[in-house]
Amino acid sequence: MTSFLLKRLLALVPVLLGASFIVFSIMHLTPGDPAVLLLPQDASAEDIAVMRESLGLNRPFLVQYGSFLQGILRGDLGTSFRSGQPVAGLIMSRLPATMQLAAASLIVAIIIGLVAGIVAAVRQYTLWDGGAMVTALLGVSMPNFWLGLMLILFFSVFWAGRFGSVLLPASGYGTIQHMIMPAIVLGTAHAAFVTRITRSSMLEVLRQDYIRMARAKGLSPFRVVAIHALRNALLPVVTIVGLRFGVLLGGSVVTERIFAWPGIGRLLIDAVRAQDYAVVQGIILTYAIIFSLVTLGVDLIYGLVDPRIRSQYR
Amino acid sequence: MSITENKTAAKIIRRRTRFEETWRQFRKNQGAIVGTTLLVFLATLALAAPLAAPEGLDDQHLGRRFQPPSRENILGTDNLGRDILSRIIHGSRLSLSIGFITTSIGLVAGGSLGAIAGYYGGHRDQVIMRFMDIILAIPGFIFAVALVTALGPNLLNLMIAVGLNSIPYFARIIRSSVLSVKEEEYIQAARVIGCSNGWIIARHVIPNAFAPILVQATLRIGDTIIIAAGLSFLGLGAQPPLPEWGAMLSAGRQYLRDAWWMATFPGIAIMITVLAFNLVGDGLRDALDPRLKS
Repeated sequence: MTSFLLKRLLALVPVLLGASFIVFSIMHLTPGDPAVLLLPQDASAEDIAVMRESLGLNRPFLVQYGSFLQGILRGDLGTSFRSGQPVAGLIMSRLPATMQLAAASLIVAIIIGLVAGIVAAVRQYTLWDGGAMVTALLGVSMPNFWLGLMLILFFSVFWAGRFGSVLLPASGYGTIQHMIMPAIVLGTAHAAFVTRITRSSMLEVLRQDYIRMARAKGLSPFRVVAIHALRNALLPVVTIVGLRFGVLLGGSVVTERIFAWPGIGRLLIDAVRAQDYAVVQGIILTYAIIFSLVTLGVDLIYGLVDPRIRSQYR
Repeated sequence: MSITENKTAAKIIRRRTRFEETWRQFRKNQGAIVGTTLLVFLATLALAAPLAAPEGLDDQHLGRRFQPPSRENILGTDNLGRDILSRIIHGSRLSLSIGFITTSIGLVAGGSLGAIAGYYGGHRDQVIMRFMDIILAIPGFIFAVALVTALGPNLLNLMIAVGLNSIPYFARIIRSSVLSVKEEEYIQAARVIGCSNGWIIARHVIPNAFAPILVQATLRIGDTIIIAAGLSFLGLGAQPPLPEWGAMLSAGRQYLRDAWWMATFPGIAIMITVLAFNLVGDGLRDALDPRLKS
């Protein structure tokens, strides 16, 4: 297992190096001179030239990229053009909120998706099945930012109008109540995907001989489904959750904006609007690292569960 | 009957049979028929928008701002007194165009790269696919945000960003499809009679790998419409007064307490459109998947 982990970690290095190069190149293309952004509006051409020199912007592109890489290895992602604060510090102060939201929405997605998928598979071609599949299709087709606004409209605006106080706060951070709506918004589309994949995976497993055998032995239907079938149907679910984690991270940008959630997604959009490219660059790279680590985690789970995959790396 | 005529007849019969079989399977799927009907309706609405919409896309009537849905304005009016139904109808042109154009960018660029990688293999395959892996390491929406930041927030750049974001998906799918057909006998026969690699890819490989491409493209249009609307919602896409649905939602958000209809109806329009593409995509996948056919 250790060699499997090491090989997977090594495979991650070129991908992250490439991602850092792409992010750096894209940000290098952005219009506007960081030296001008940092100086007061009435700065002279000489001041701008001195600032460019001090920021190292006159150096060749690849030399600048090399410095950027060295900085990353030291945990230094540069300095915010706007606030003058270290980018790494800004990101670290906001990262816990984003991770909390991502974890909460994953829990929502997995619980709703697994339950709906299992019920749909066990009660195939019934109203339960049809209802779960139609709901899942709507969940996949619904823009999460619209769902967010509709939840605010119902639980905050309409509720306050009818009962005098909001049922759930429309914005903010710090309590479970603050987390419920953002987690539902971010988790809904994923719940829909988990429902669909759980249903198809369970249907395949439920037709296997060992399930028939378990039933023939007289095991309770709950035990057959929850212990024998579900465990074997979970691998595709783990895959889809891992693959779609990138979409979830992307969705968190919009969700954090709607609910004024103080995560790195909101920081990203604030930085884009303020043309604070050092922060934008650092955040995008952080997202790439998180996503790559989650993908690695999914691979490890796969390796733990399925010995055939582990053996490929021996 | 001459040999040429025989070949032509056989070709016609084979093509018709394949199409008919797919259509027969597709028709059996109620969801796919609902999706197709919705898409035809939306496409007609988009094409005939100037005739179908009661008002122009930016006709402002400040005397009737924030009117709730009524007989005069079925979906209400916005903060500038514009008819929301009219703006949604005009906006359907934008959203459908964004979906088709961005998917086409991804399909052509990603498809070409995927076909080259799959057909030639070796170093070309390694370089192209590792590059795709690197792009895929950055979450798609975040990648699009980065590109729009670099290019500047407007509709054209939004389409470029979302289109580039689709490239790795198509490259992967088309590569695997090409890998599955490139060792077929008819491809070897084409090589033996001296066809060029470009001709073989364009004339024989891609048409025979068409089914998964079509399914993925249909499903991807829905995804790109949501991504593009999300970017516009954040102010990184279509700018006022363009009636792009995501931008309309963003404008409606500011007036959520007083004019719920401003944010509600553009969102429903996005959902119906994406739903239609998903239904058709699912239907095509079921109809074209030989395992389900059997």
